[in-house]
Amino acid sequence: MSFRHRHLLGIEPLRPAEITELLDLAQHYAEATRRGDTHGTALAGLTQVNMFFENSTRTQASFEIAGKRLGADVMNMAMQASSLNKGETLIDTALTLNAMRPDLLVVRHPHSGAANLLAEKVNCAVLNAGDGRHEHPTQALLDALTIRRAKGRLHRLTVAICGDIAHSRVARSNLILLGKMENRVRLVGPPTLMPAGVEALGVEVTDDMAEGLRDADVVMMLRLQRERMDGAFIPSEREYFHRFGLDAGKLRHARPDAIVMHPGPMNRGVEIDGTLADDINRSVIQEQVEMGVAVRMAAMDILARNLRAGA
Amino acid sequence: MRRGRADAIAGGMDATLFADARLIDPVSGTERRGDLRVAGGRIAGPGPAAERIDCRGRCLAPGLVDIGVKVGEPGERHKESFRTAGAAAARGGVTTMVVRPDTIPVIDAPELLEQARGRAAESPVRVRHMATLTRGRAGREMVEIGFLRDAGAVAFSDGTHVVRDTRILSRCLTYARSLGALVIGHPQDPGLSAGAVITSGKFASLRGLPGVSPLAERMGVERDLALAGATGVAYHLDQVTCAAGLPALRRAKAEGLDVTAGTSIHHLTLNVLDVADYRTFFKVVPPLREEDDRLATVEALADGTIDVISSMHTPQDEESKRLPFEEAAPGAVGLETLLPAAMRLVHGGHIDLPILWRALSRNPARRLGLEGGTLEVGAPADLVLFDPDAPFVLDRWTLASKSKNTPFDGARMEGRVIGTWVGGVRVWDRDAAHA
Repeated sequence: MSFRHRHLLGIEPLRPAEITELLDLAQHYAEATRRGDTHGTALAGLTQVNMFFENSTRTQASFEIAGKRLGADVMNMAMQASSLNKGETLIDTALTLNAMRPDLLVVRHPHSGAANLLAEKVNCAVLNAGDGRHEHPTQALLDALTIRRAKGRLHRLTVAICGDIAHSRVARSNLILLGKMENRVRLVGPPTLMPAGVEALGVEVTDDMAEGLRDADVVMMLRLQRERMDGAFIPSEREYFHRFGLDAGKLRHARPDAIVMHPGPMNRGVEIDGTLADDINRSVIQEQVEMGVAVRMAAMDILARNLRAGA
Repeated sequence: MRRGRADAIAGGMDATLFADARLIDPVSGTERRGDLRVAGGRIAGPGPAAERIDCRGRCLAPGLVDIGVKVGEPGERHKESFRTAGAAAARGGVTTMVVRPDTIPVIDAPELLEQARGRAAESPVRVRHMATLTRGRAGREMVEIGFLRDAGAVAFSDGTHVVRDTRILSRCLTYARSLGALVIGHPQDPGLSAGAVITSGKFASLRGLPGVSPLAERMGVERDLALAGATGVAYHLDQVTCAAGLPALRRAKAEGLDVTAGTSIHHLTLNVLDVADYRTFFKVVPPLREEDDRLATVEALADGTIDVISSMHTPQDEESKRLPFEEAAPGAVGLETLLPAAMRLVHGGHIDLPILWRALSRNPARRLGLEGGTLEVGAPADLVLFDPDAPFVLDRWTLASKSKNTPFDGARMEGRVIGTWVGGVRVWDRDAAHA
C-alpha cells in the first residue's frame, strides 16, 4: 500500500500513485454498491464524527452513508447550533471531541486551514470536507473517478473549469489533482473571479468560454454563490449567464463526446442551462453524487488502515 | 553637593572604561578597535575610570531605538506590561522603546498620555510615547497635537488605521506642520487591503487565503508622499515592504521632502512562504511579501532609501494565535530578536555593521529628535555590547516578553547581546543572568 498519510487534508500533499490507489479502491466500492453489497465491515467498531461548521446537506449525507456502509458508528454534529455560540474556540471544541476518542473526524469549516489546525491537535484521522477557499479533496477525487469512468483514463485530457474560481475550494483541489495526473487544465471565468497568480500553477486562463471550451474533453461548471452577485464581482445574473453560463451553444465548442460536470447544488439558469444539466448523454452530475459515496468510503477505509497500523 | 558630584565624575569615581571593544560608529559609518569611557551617564573623553569592562574584541554600539513598540498598557497588560517589554528590550539591546498609541483605550488625549508615562517608569529602558493622529483612530477629528506634544508625544500615528478621508488627513498634516510635529503613516490603500491576511499570488491562492497585492502599498506610499509634499509636514512611513512603493519614495527624497521610511525586521528576513501550513505567528501587517520584494527592501535599506528598522513588537497571547489563519490576531514580538535577526543581513553580506546601526539606532533617534544613536563624547551612554557571531537556537519560552509569539521559534540565529546600558546604568548582564 502506498498511501502514507494520517489525514486527508488536501490534494496538494498527495502523490499520483496515492491518488490512483484511492481511486482504485473507490472504483471497487462503487461496483460493490451497484451489486447491492452495501454492508461492508472495514470501519466496524470505529467512530466517525461529522463536524460541520458550515451547512452542507449533500456532503454530510454522503460522508454519513459512506461511513454506515462500512460499518462505522456515525455521529453528526451541527456546529453552528452548538458551542460556537458560546464562544468556544475551534481548538477547544476539537480537544473536547478528541477526549471522546473518535477514530475519524470529518470537518467542514468556513476558514481556510481549519482542518490543518485541527489535525495538529487531535489523535484521530481528519478528513477535510471543505475548508474556506482552500481545499475540498474528496470532491476532487470523486470528480476524478467520474472522469476516469467516463473517459477511460485520467491523463492527457483537456479539462475546462468554469466560473467562480477565486472563491472555490473545489476548483483548487481539482486543478491540483488534474495537474498532478498530467492533464491540460483551463480556467474560464470573469477576471474578477480569478485568483491572483493562478497562471503560475501551470494552467491556462481565459475569460472567453468559446476559447476555454475548445476541444475540451471535460467541462466542469462551478456554483456561483449568491453573495458574489452583490459584491461588484459581476454586474448581474443575466449578464453572467449570457457570457459564462453553460448552454448547448457554448458546449458545441467542446469535443462532441465532452462530459459536463457540476459539484452541486446547481443554480439552473445562472451557471448552467437546466435542460443541459438533465441531458443524460452529456451530464454526469448524478454519477458524481454516486461516486462521492464510493470515494469517501475509500478515503475513510485507507485512513482507518493507516490508523490501525500506526496504533 | 553638585560640585562634589562633578568632581567625582572628573576624578573617575563613577566612570567606566569599556576596554578593547570593536566600536561601531553609525555617524561616521566606520568601526575601530579601541576603548570607550563613560562618566556621569554619558560618553566621555579619555580619563581615569573606577570600573573596567573587558570587551575582549566584541562589538560595542549605540543602543537600539525601536519605533513602534506595542505595550499592552493600558488595556492588555496580560499580553505585555511596561516592565516585561522593558525587560525584553534590555535583553535585546534596545535602549529606547518608542511605544505605539493603539492601546485600549487609544492614546488620543494628554491625560491618557500622562497616565501611560507614569506606568512607563517600570521599564528599565527609556520609553518615548506616540499619540494618535485622530481621535479614537477614527479618521474624523484631529487630536490636540499641541497639548500632546507638550505632554511628551514624539510622533503622531493612527497606525494601521489608515485615515481614508484625504481632506481630513491633509488638514491634520497641515496643522502638524505648523507645530513641527512628526506624523507616522501606514502606507496602504485601505480599500484594496480590506479583509486581506496575506500577500496575493500563487501561494495565497493555493492556501485559499484572501490576499492583497503590493499595489495597495504603492498607492498608500504615493498618496501619503503627495500629501506630505503638499503640506511640508515631517512624515515617516512606518513600513515600506515591497519594490512597488520604492520609486515614489526615492523621488520624494530626491526632491528634498522631509520624509523618511521604516521597515520591519520581519519583512527584511522572512517571506510569504514562511507562512507554510497556516502558521499564525507569521501573520503580520502588512503581510509578509514575496522573496523579490524582500530583496528589494533589503537593497533599499542598504542604499539608504529606507532609513529605519523596527521590530514592530506586537505581543499576542496564545489564544489570539491558536485560531484559523484568517481569524488569528496579527503581529509578532520582536524586541529580543531584533538584533540577532538583523545580523542575518550582515552575515548574508547585504550590509555592514555601522551602516546597519544607522537604521537601528542613529536614524530613528535623529528622526524623533532624541539624543543617542552615537558614540560621540557627550551623548548619553545608551550602549549595547554584543557578540555578532555567537550562534544559538531560539526557544520562544525563554523570551522575557509576556507573549511568546515570535516567528523565530526554533530558528538558528547568530548575535548575542551580552550587556545593555541605559544612561551608563547596566540593565542587562547576560553573564550574570546565566552564571
